[in-house]
Amino acid sequence: MFNTSSPKERGRNPKVYMLVCLFLLAFAGLAACMFLAITFGAKELSLAAVWSAVFHYDSAVTSQQVIHELRLPRVIGAAVVGAAFAVAGALMQGITRNPLADAGILGINGGSMLIVALCFAFFPHLPYSLLMLFSFIGAVLSTLFIFLLGSMSPGGLSPLRLTVSGAVIAALLHSLTSGVAIYFDLSQDLAFWYAGGVAGIKWQYLRILVPVLLTAILCSMLLGRSVSLIALGDDIAANLGVNMKRIKVIGMALAVVLAGVSVSSVGSIAFVGLVIPHIARKLVGATYQLIIPMSALLGAVLLTLADLGARTVDPPRELAIGIMVAMIGVPFFLYTARKVGSEL
Amino acid sequence: MKKAMSPDARRASGVFTLFVLISIAAILISLNTGTLPIPPLKVIQTFFGYGDFTSTTVLFDYRLPRILITMLAGIGLGISGSILQGLSRNPLADPGILGLHAGAAFGLIVYVTYFHSLNEKASLFIPLFTFGGGVAAAFFIVLLAHDKFKGIMPIRLILVGIAISAGFGAVTLFLSLRLNEDTYLFASRWLVGNVWGRDWIHVVSLLPWIFILGPYAWLQSKTLNVLSLGDSVATGLGAAVQKRRLLLLGTAVGLSCASVSVAGSIGFLGLVAPHLARRLVGPMYQYFLPLSGLIGLVILVLADTIGRAVFAPNSIPAGVVVAAIGAPYFLYLLARTK
Repeated sequence: MFNTSSPKERGRNPKVYMLVCLFLLAFAGLAACMFLAITFGAKELSLAAVWSAVFHYDSAVTSQQVIHELRLPRVIGAAVVGAAFAVAGALMQGITRNPLADAGILGINGGSMLIVALCFAFFPHLPYSLLMLFSFIGAVLSTLFIFLLGSMSPGGLSPLRLTVSGAVIAALLHSLTSGVAIYFDLSQDLAFWYAGGVAGIKWQYLRILVPVLLTAILCSMLLGRSVSLIALGDDIAANLGVNMKRIKVIGMALAVVLAGVSVSSVGSIAFVGLVIPHIARKLVGATYQLIIPMSALLGAVLLTLADLGARTVDPPRELAIGIMVAMIGVPFFLYTARKVGSEL
Repeated sequence: MKKAMSPDARRASGVFTLFVLISIAAILISLNTGTLPIPPLKVIQTFFGYGDFTSTTVLFDYRLPRILITMLAGIGLGISGSILQGLSRNPLADPGILGLHAGAAFGLIVYVTYFHSLNEKASLFIPLFTFGGGVAAAFFIVLLAHDKFKGIMPIRLILVGIAISAGFGAVTLFLSLRLNEDTYLFASRWLVGNVWGRDWIHVVSLLPWIFILGPYAWLQSKTLNVLSLGDSVATGLGAAVQKRRLLLLGTAVGLSCASVSVAGSIGFLGLVAPHLARRLVGPMYQYFLPLSGLIGLVILVLADTIGRAVFAPNSIPAGVVVAAIGAPYFLYLLARTK
């Protein structure tokens, strides 16, 4: 960890400088991407307008209103949610020692979709906040289900078993959701809820979303050291004095909160949690106290850019942001699966 | 050299006869169910040309083509699943899970983009397009799951399949969003396994695929037996492993992609049917391959009937019904495999 070493050591160790530079670079990259994302869109805005809308907002000016009411919440939402997905992926990958773990692939999104479909069917007039709560509960339930199922089987929770059972449960939940949607004729409402992506984020949701997700991300960073030990193997971690059960439960709970809240607010976006932690690991090495913050930064960058792409590829229409991410995520998943497959 | 029937063969023919009877019963029930019930006796009368106008119309214009499609698709998926499980030596192989259906969906969307119409003469080409998509998916899967030294690796096959499904799914969704709302709705319904083909032209487009590839697969059952023992054993026994495997893989892709082209992307059927068949008559392909097709038929016809009848007046896609049964079965199998 670079912040515990004395200045003298820092001088001798160029790697620490590299790490500091990397983090600064990632931070600057995020800031630049967010600025770009606010500037470009269906309505072209000048950089000066963006600057003044962010720092001295004047509700009388139209362009400033566009930025303040539409773009700003959207971009902040994309960044926070991207960070949350990435951190959730990093936690899951560390705790389960499964390089293929990701909220979308493991079917966490499926449960929340099914619950939302049922809510639409039976309680059509629920307020948005309750809907989000239910969707979150669905995500938690399906995660619990997948992990219980995985750990009940004789061979334990192997990466392969977790991934495959997650994919199958996702297929099942998706299929049931479509059944409910078709039976109650809800396809359009559901598609609206799920394809909504980050476009539907408003200030009042951000007021809940940002504190919850940022707190969870901070807690995950505090957990980083224990997670890196667990990633070494259960025996080693236990020998080094890690309270395995507690850390695993807390870590998974954090991952579910991060993924569940994100899914319930922006719909199902797979692959962020898969790709980003791998890139972060390549950049900063195998210690999770560095991987987690780096993942948060990079995840925010990825989703901000994906949202920008979704808005600007084919204006004035918007593509689903999930598709943009999948275009990057799928080749990456293949690459990782190839590596994992040959180790098994 | 003529031998008396072995006990295996006797058992197989007994089970087979039983399932023929079950499937006839399933078909009769299915013909009977709908908004306008037609009793079995009247069904038979109508078939021989003595029915009244309404039942003739309902039966021949609406129900019969749909049931024929579900029958053919069930057979196709059942056989395709058993071939894939033998080729990959992987009990979890299924055309849907391996991503062949996602490839087929891609082919279908390409077709819809260029021909627009789904009900005219041009729909004879639908299976060709889905086959093309399926071949593309199979190509990627084999390419990526192949290891220079170890050949096609069963575990990697499934992981790659999941990724390929996700990839093709994203591309398909992208293309279908670019079209229009109707096409999008069609594509999204197709993906959950909605039997949409309702006209005779769809039956005609599906028929040759099943009738040519199905018997071909059965004729190759000896090869399949040998291949499922492992590559080195198969080579030792004198099989041209690589060539046979490619041909059979093509057969499996053709069967499943043609089936899903008009019956919608129905998952898990190609997994469940071969397993049940193998339980009933053992692992020899000459016995369990045809039975697997028959079980596929029964399951799909019943699933479609349930989807139509139980949830009337709305209907639920057959694929949802199959998944509700098939997915837990898959998880059960997964928990048992080491």
